[in-house]
Amino acid sequence: MGDHSDGIPAGSDAVARAGLNEVEKFQDPGLPPHRKRLADTDPRAAQRAERQVAFLFGISVVGTLLFFFGYFFIRLDDTIATLRLQNILLGLGTAFAMLGIGTGIVHWARALMPDHEVSEERHELRSEADREAAVKIVDDIVEETGIKRRPLIRNTLLGAVALAPFPAIVMFRDLGPLPGNALRHTMWDKGTRLVRDPTGTPIMASDVTLGSVFHVIPDGLNDLKEGKLEEKAKAVVLLMRLEPSLLHPSKGREDWGYEGIVAYSKICTHVGCPVALYEQQTHHLLCPCHQSTFDLTQECKVIFGPANRPLPQLPISIDSEGYLVAQSDFHEPVGPSFWERG
Amino acid sequence: MSTAAETPYKPATATGRITDFVDQRVGGSGLLREFGRKVFPDHWSFMFGEVALYSFVILLLSGTFLTFFFDPSMAESVYNGSYVPLKGVDMSVAMNSTLNISFDIRGGLFMRQVHHWSALLFTASIAVHMLRVFFTGAFRKPRELNWVVGGVLLILSLADGFTGYSLPDDLLSGNGLRIIQGVISSIPVIGTYISFFLFGGEFPGTAIIGRLYVLHILLVPAMILLMIAIHLFMVVVHKHTQYPGPGRNDRNVVGYPLGPVYAAKAGGFFFIIFGVIAAIAALFTINPIWNYGPYDPSPISAGTQPDWYIGWVDGALRLMPGWLLGIPLEWNIPFPWGVNTLSLNVLIPALVPAGIVFTVLFIYPWIERWVTKDDREHHVLDRPRNAPTRTAIGMAGFTFYCVLWAAASSDLIATHFNVSLNDVIYWLRALLFLGPIVAFTVTKRIALALQRKDREIALHGRETGRIVRLPHGEYQEVHAQVDDYKRFKLVGYESPEPSAGVPNRNGIVTKQEKRRALLSRFFFEDRVAPATPAELHAAHGHGHEEIEASDKTKEVAR
Repeated sequence: MGDHSDGIPAGSDAVARAGLNEVEKFQDPGLPPHRKRLADTDPRAAQRAERQVAFLFGISVVGTLLFFFGYFFIRLDDTIATLRLQNILLGLGTAFAMLGIGTGIVHWARALMPDHEVSEERHELRSEADREAAVKIVDDIVEETGIKRRPLIRNTLLGAVALAPFPAIVMFRDLGPLPGNALRHTMWDKGTRLVRDPTGTPIMASDVTLGSVFHVIPDGLNDLKEGKLEEKAKAVVLLMRLEPSLLHPSKGREDWGYEGIVAYSKICTHVGCPVALYEQQTHHLLCPCHQSTFDLTQECKVIFGPANRPLPQLPISIDSEGYLVAQSDFHEPVGPSFWERG
Repeated sequence: MSTAAETPYKPATATGRITDFVDQRVGGSGLLREFGRKVFPDHWSFMFGEVALYSFVILLLSGTFLTFFFDPSMAESVYNGSYVPLKGVDMSVAMNSTLNISFDIRGGLFMRQVHHWSALLFTASIAVHMLRVFFTGAFRKPRELNWVVGGVLLILSLADGFTGYSLPDDLLSGNGLRIIQGVISSIPVIGTYISFFLFGGEFPGTAIIGRLYVLHILLVPAMILLMIAIHLFMVVVHKHTQYPGPGRNDRNVVGYPLGPVYAAKAGGFFFIIFGVIAAIAALFTINPIWNYGPYDPSPISAGTQPDWYIGWVDGALRLMPGWLLGIPLEWNIPFPWGVNTLSLNVLIPALVPAGIVFTVLFIYPWIERWVTKDDREHHVLDRPRNAPTRTAIGMAGFTFYCVLWAAASSDLIATHFNVSLNDVIYWLRALLFLGPIVAFTVTKRIALALQRKDREIALHGRETGRIVRLPHGEYQEVHAQVDDYKRFKLVGYESPEPSAGVPNRNGIVTKQEKRRALLSRFFFEDRVAPATPAELHAAHGHGHEEIEASDKTKEVAR
C-alpha cells in the first residue's frame, strides 16, 4: 500500500468519471501571495540595484565610444587583419552599447519596479447584440444597393471583375523570351576545340594522361561579348582518360571517344549543379550538391542519388594538329530535365 | 456636471501644453487609458515571438543601410577594390558592390553580418515561436486565424531569406539559384516558361538579381509588415494567453501591467537582442563571399551548405532516389503532339514534404477542433504533457523536418564521422518514415509518464530523499506535501475522454462522424485523469499520515 511509484492509486480512480462536477475538482486557490524582493524591504539593496542599473547604462556609453574608436582610428588597408579588427571593434562596441541599455532597463524593471501580478477580466470578443446589429446593417446595405433585385447589374459586374485582372497577368509576358530551341543547343559544333577552363588553351590528346581530368569549355567561349555565362552553363565538359578496355560504349557510340579519352557534360541531370568531383580509383563522378553519382565506365549511368539520367556525352576526336575537338554538338539537351525535353 | 465640462483643462507645463494640443486632435488619452496598464502575462517562452519581431526591426535597419551601397546589376565589371586576391577578376556589379561594402565601406562588413545573422535568427525565432504555440495549444479558439497568419509569416520569412541570400551573386548563391532553376524546370507544362520568364531567358541571364532585389527589399518585406500588423492587432484583440496556474483561468488575464514593468522588460529586450546579434556579427564571419568568388557555372566547392532554413528542402532533394527498385522516376510520356518529360525525382521532394508540413500546419487547429468538438474559447495554455497526443503529433512532425534537415548535411555527416555517404542517405531515407513513428510513440509515453508523476506529486507530495525508520522497523521515504498553489498547477487541467460517434437527427451515425469518433479515440484513449480532492483524501489514509504530518510541522517551524 505504501508504494505509489507508478502514480496510479489502486482501483479505477485514475480515470475520471463522467460528470465530474466542480465539487470533485480541486478549487482554484487564487493567486499565490506576493513575495517581497530584497529591494522592497531593504533600502540598501534598492540602492545597490540602482547603482547596478546605472553601471549597466555606463557600459553602454563605453560601448558607443568603442564604436567611434574603431570607426575613426582604425585605418583600413589591404589586409584582412585590420578589417577583422575594425569589425570586432564596431561589433563589440555596438554589442556593449545595446546590451548595456537592454540589461540596464530589464534589471531596473525586475529589481525596482513593482512586481505585483495583477488580474484583469477578458472581454467578450463578440457580443450577441453587436452581431444582430451588424447583420441588420449588412442586410440594409444589400437592400439599398438593390443588387438582389437587379441581376443584370450583378451579372455584368461579376463578368467585368472576373475579366479585369487578366491584363495584369498578361503584362508579365515580356519578362523573358519563349524557350524555343535554346535548351537543345550548346556552343559545341563539329571541329570546335576543347580548351581548358578558364584559361582557354587547347588540349593535345597526349596531354590527357591516364587518370587525369580536365575541366573543359568550347574554344571561343571566352571571346563572347554577350551571353558568356549562359553558354558556359550549358557547354562545360569534363574530360577524362581511362584504359579503353574499361569503357563499354554502347552501339553507335564506339567512336565518340579517342583512345580512352571521353568527354561528358559537367552539368548534373538532376538540378544542374556542376558535377565536379571525379574519383580516379572508382571512375565515379559525384555531384557535390545532392550526391548523384555517375559511373564513367557505364557511360555515366546514375548509380546513386537523386539524378535519373546519365550525363550526356560529347563526341570527340582530334584535328590535324592533334588537338581534341568535338565531332558535333551534344546529341541531347544537357542539364536538368524539363517538360518539353522528351 | 455641466460646469466641470465647461471648465477647460489648463496644462501647467510646456510639455503638458504640447501633449494636450496633440491629445485634443488625436484623442490619445483614450488610447492610453485602454492600453497604458494593459496586462501581459509573463513567461520566458513568450519571448520567441518578441525575438522574431525585434530581429525583423534589425533587418529593416541594417538592410536599409546596405541598400545605400548595393547595386543589383548583373552587368560585367572588373573588381578593383581593396581585396587583393580578387583584383582584376571579372564579376557582376552586384558581387563587386557587395565586396566594396565588405572591404571599402567602414562598418559595411559589420552591417552585412548583422543583416545575415538577424535573418537566420528571424526565421529561427518564428519557427521556435510556432513550436511554442503548437505545443501549448495556443492556436485554439479564438486564435486559429492568428496561427494561420503566423504560418504565412514563416513562409514569407523563408522567401525573404532566400531572395536575399541570392543577391551577392557569389559562387554559392549562384549555385543555389541554379538548383532553384532546375527545380522550376521540373514543373510540368509551364516549368520551362516560368524559368525563362523569371530569369529573362536562359540561366543565369542578366535579370534575376535585379528582380529578386525588388522582391527582397520591397514586396516581401511589405507583406511581412502587413502580416505583423495583423498578427499584433489580433494579439491585442484576443489578449495574451497564459500558462495554467492558481488564479489563472479562461476569463481573466494575469500578469504585469504594460506600463511600466512589461514595457520596460520588452523594450529592454529589444536592445538585448540587438546587442547579441551585434556580438555575433563582431565575432563570427558569415557568408565570406570573397572566399567563394563570383558566380561561374563551372566551379563548385564541396561541402557547402544552404542557410539553415532552406536545408530541409535541399535535404529532401538529396534523399529522393532517381531510381526506385529499378523503376525510373523520370518518365517520358508520349502525347499526340510529342513526348513530354515528367521528373518526379525532382518534383516530389520539392513539393511533397513541404506540402505535407505546411498543409498540416495550417489546418491542424481545425482538425483538433473537429475531433474534440470543442467550441469554447481557450486562453489558458496546455502544458505539453497534458495534451499527450498533440505533443506526440508535434514531435513526429518535428522529427520529419529534422531528418530532412540533417539530410542537407549528408556529405558533411559522412566526412566528419568517417562513414559512407551512401549509408548516411540510406539511413536517413529509412528514418524519414520510421523517425516520426518512433518520435510519436516515445513522446506520448513520456507525456503520459509525466502526467502520472504530476498525479503522484499532487497526491503524495514530493520525495524529500529522507528515509525514516518507523517504530516497527519499516523504512519509508518522507514525502513533503505540496502547497495548494503548487498542487493546483498539477491538477488544474482537462483530460477529455474519447467521444463515441453521435447520431444525427435521423438517428444515423454518419461515416464522417464515425471517422471523427475514431480520431477521438486515437487522441484520447490513453489518458491520465487529474487528481481529485477525494483521491487526495484517500491517499492520506495510507498509513504515512504521521510522517507527512511531522514534515508539515517542520515546514511550519521554518
